[in-house]
Amino acid sequence: MDKPLTRNIKPDGSAASLAEYRAGGGYEGLKKVLAEFAPLEVQRQVKDSGLRGRGGAGFPTGMKWSFVPMGEDAPKTKYLVVNGDEMEPGAFKDRLLLEGDPHQLIEGVAIASYAIQANIAYVFLRGEYRLAADRLRRAIAEAEEHQLLGENILGSGFNLDLRLHTSAGRYICGEETALLNSLEGKRANPRAKPPFPQVSGLFGKPTIVNNVETLCNLPHILRNGVEWYKGLSRTGEPGTKIYGVSGRVERPGAWELPMGTTAREIIEEHAGGMRDGYRLKGYLPGGASTDFLLPEHLDIPMDYGSIAKAGSRLGTGTLILLDDRTCPVRMVLNLEQFFAQESCGWCTPCRDGLPWTVSLLEGLIAGRGRPEDLETLERLCGLLGPGNTFCALAPGAMEPLQSALKHFRADFERYLQPHSISGGVHA
Amino acid sequence: MILNPDEIQAIRQEAGHFPHPSAAAIEALNIAQQGHGWISDELLKEIADVLGMSPAELDSVATFYNLIYRRPVGKRVIHYCNSVSCWMLGAEDNRRHLSEKLGIGLGETTGDGEYTLLPIVCLGACDKAPVLMIGDETHFNVDPAKLDAILGDTGAP
Repeated sequence: MDKPLTRNIKPDGSAASLAEYRAGGGYEGLKKVLAEFAPLEVQRQVKDSGLRGRGGAGFPTGMKWSFVPMGEDAPKTKYLVVNGDEMEPGAFKDRLLLEGDPHQLIEGVAIASYAIQANIAYVFLRGEYRLAADRLRRAIAEAEEHQLLGENILGSGFNLDLRLHTSAGRYICGEETALLNSLEGKRANPRAKPPFPQVSGLFGKPTIVNNVETLCNLPHILRNGVEWYKGLSRTGEPGTKIYGVSGRVERPGAWELPMGTTAREIIEEHAGGMRDGYRLKGYLPGGASTDFLLPEHLDIPMDYGSIAKAGSRLGTGTLILLDDRTCPVRMVLNLEQFFAQESCGWCTPCRDGLPWTVSLLEGLIAGRGRPEDLETLERLCGLLGPGNTFCALAPGAMEPLQSALKHFRADFERYLQPHSISGGVHA
Repeated sequence: MILNPDEIQAIRQEAGHFPHPSAAAIEALNIAQQGHGWISDELLKEIADVLGMSPAELDSVATFYNLIYRRPVGKRVIHYCNSVSCWMLGAEDNRRHLSEKLGIGLGETTGDGEYTLLPIVCLGACDKAPVLMIGDETHFNVDPAKLDAILGDTGAP
C-alpha cells in the first residue's frame, strides 16, 4: 500500500532532512512542474486529480485555484497561504506532517504558488506548535540555500518568498477569511463573502488558502500523475487520507490509509480496538464539529460522500470516540464550552447562542433542567445552523449537539429525572 | 522606554516583511512578551508606536489571542488542554492535582512567581491525551505521577 504523504515520517519522531526527502524523490515534482508545465496545466492536473481540501470543508482544490485571476491582466501580487492553524479538538494530523516532513509541505507550497503565479507565500502556523515552527524554519532556510525557494527556483525564472507566521492561539483563525485578517495583524473576525479571497484576499490581493495536508498531496500528484493518484483510493474519491483516532482505544494515533477506509478498520485494526471494559457508543468522524455516528455506521467508507450520506461530515478525518462509560451530555458540554470560548463574537447568534447552549447543558447536568430545555437546545441547533451565522463556527458547534440529541436522547432525558446525577459516568 | 533597542529593531525587521507594518502586530507582541513576560499598558503603547498603530487598535489584537498575556504571568505558564479527548482521558484530574500541588487556581500564579496555570484549547496531540504545555515544552500522556516528576518540588506550596 503506497503511503506517499507519510513515507518519510520516522518512528523516532525526528524530521526528514533535505537529503532524506530528496532521496525518496522529493522536489522531483517541483522540478517537473517548473520544467514541463505551464501554470494552467498544473491547475488542470490538480482539478483532474479530484483532490479535495483536507482542512475540513473538502472543497475541490483545483476548482478553488481556478477562481484566481490569471494572465497578463491579473494583479501582479498574489498570495498563497498555508492554513496550519490546526486547533479543532480531535485533529492532530497536520502536526505529523509539519514535524515529520517539512520539506514535503515546502514543495507543495512551491507547486501551488507556481500554479496560481504567487510570488509570496505565508505559512500560518498555530502558536502552540513550537517544534513544528523550529523544524519548518530550518527547512525553509535549507530550501533557500539549495535554490528550492527564493529567486529563480531551479533555474526556472520562478521566484517564491516563503515566510513563517506563528499565530497566538485562536480557533477562529482556521476559518479562511479570519485567518487573512489575523495575518494582516487584525482581530481574527471572518470577512463577508463575496468578494472571495481568490479575488480579493490578503492585503486585498488574490489569495489562495490551502490546508497543510492538501498541499502535501501536490508533489506526488504532479510527479506520479492523476491516474496513479486515483488508484490510491478505495472509492471514487481519490488519494489517501490521514485518519486519526483518539479516545479509549488501545493504540490512539494517526495513519495514512486509502481514502474510503472504513471506521471499523481504522478503529479495530490500526487503533487496536476499544480498551478492555469499554464499548463504542458513538464517534465523531472528523473532529469536534461533526455529527455523531453510531456503531451501525462503522462499515461505511470514510470519504466525503459516504459520510455525508450517513448524516455527518468527513471533516478532518480524525475520529473522536465516545465510549459507553462517558456521558454523551457531558461530552457535548465540553465541546460547546470550547466553541463558546472560541467564538470571535462577531455575529450575535454565535456570540450569544453558544453561551446559552452551554448554560442550558450545565443546568441540565446540575439537575436544574426542565423538559422544555431539550426543545430549546433543538431550536438553537436551527437558529445557529447554516445560513444564520457569519461563518461556519456555530453551525459546526451545533453538529455534535443536534446528533447527540437525536442518538442519545435517553441520556439527556435521564438528567431530567430526580436523583439521576451520575457524576458524568453512567453505571 | 521599556522596549530595548534590540527589540525595537526585531519588531521593525518583522514589520518589513509585510506591506503594512501593522501586519506584524502579533510578531511584535510575541517579541515583546518574550523579553518582558507579559504585555503591560505601557509596553503596548510603545509597540503600537513602533508599528504606527493606535494603542486601542493594538489592544484589540492583544486581547484576542490566547497566548498573548495582558496580565502578569509566572516565569513559566502551564497550559493544560481541556478539550474533548484530554477531558475524556483525565485532564480534570491533572488540573486538580496541579492546583493542589502549586496551591493555585486557574488564572493564578504561585507566590514565588514561578508558575501560572491556564487552560488552553486542543494542543493537537489527541492521540497522546491528556496533554499540557509548560513554557515551550509539550508533555504527553500526562497523569499526576508524571506531573510530580516534571515539576519536582519546584513551586510546591
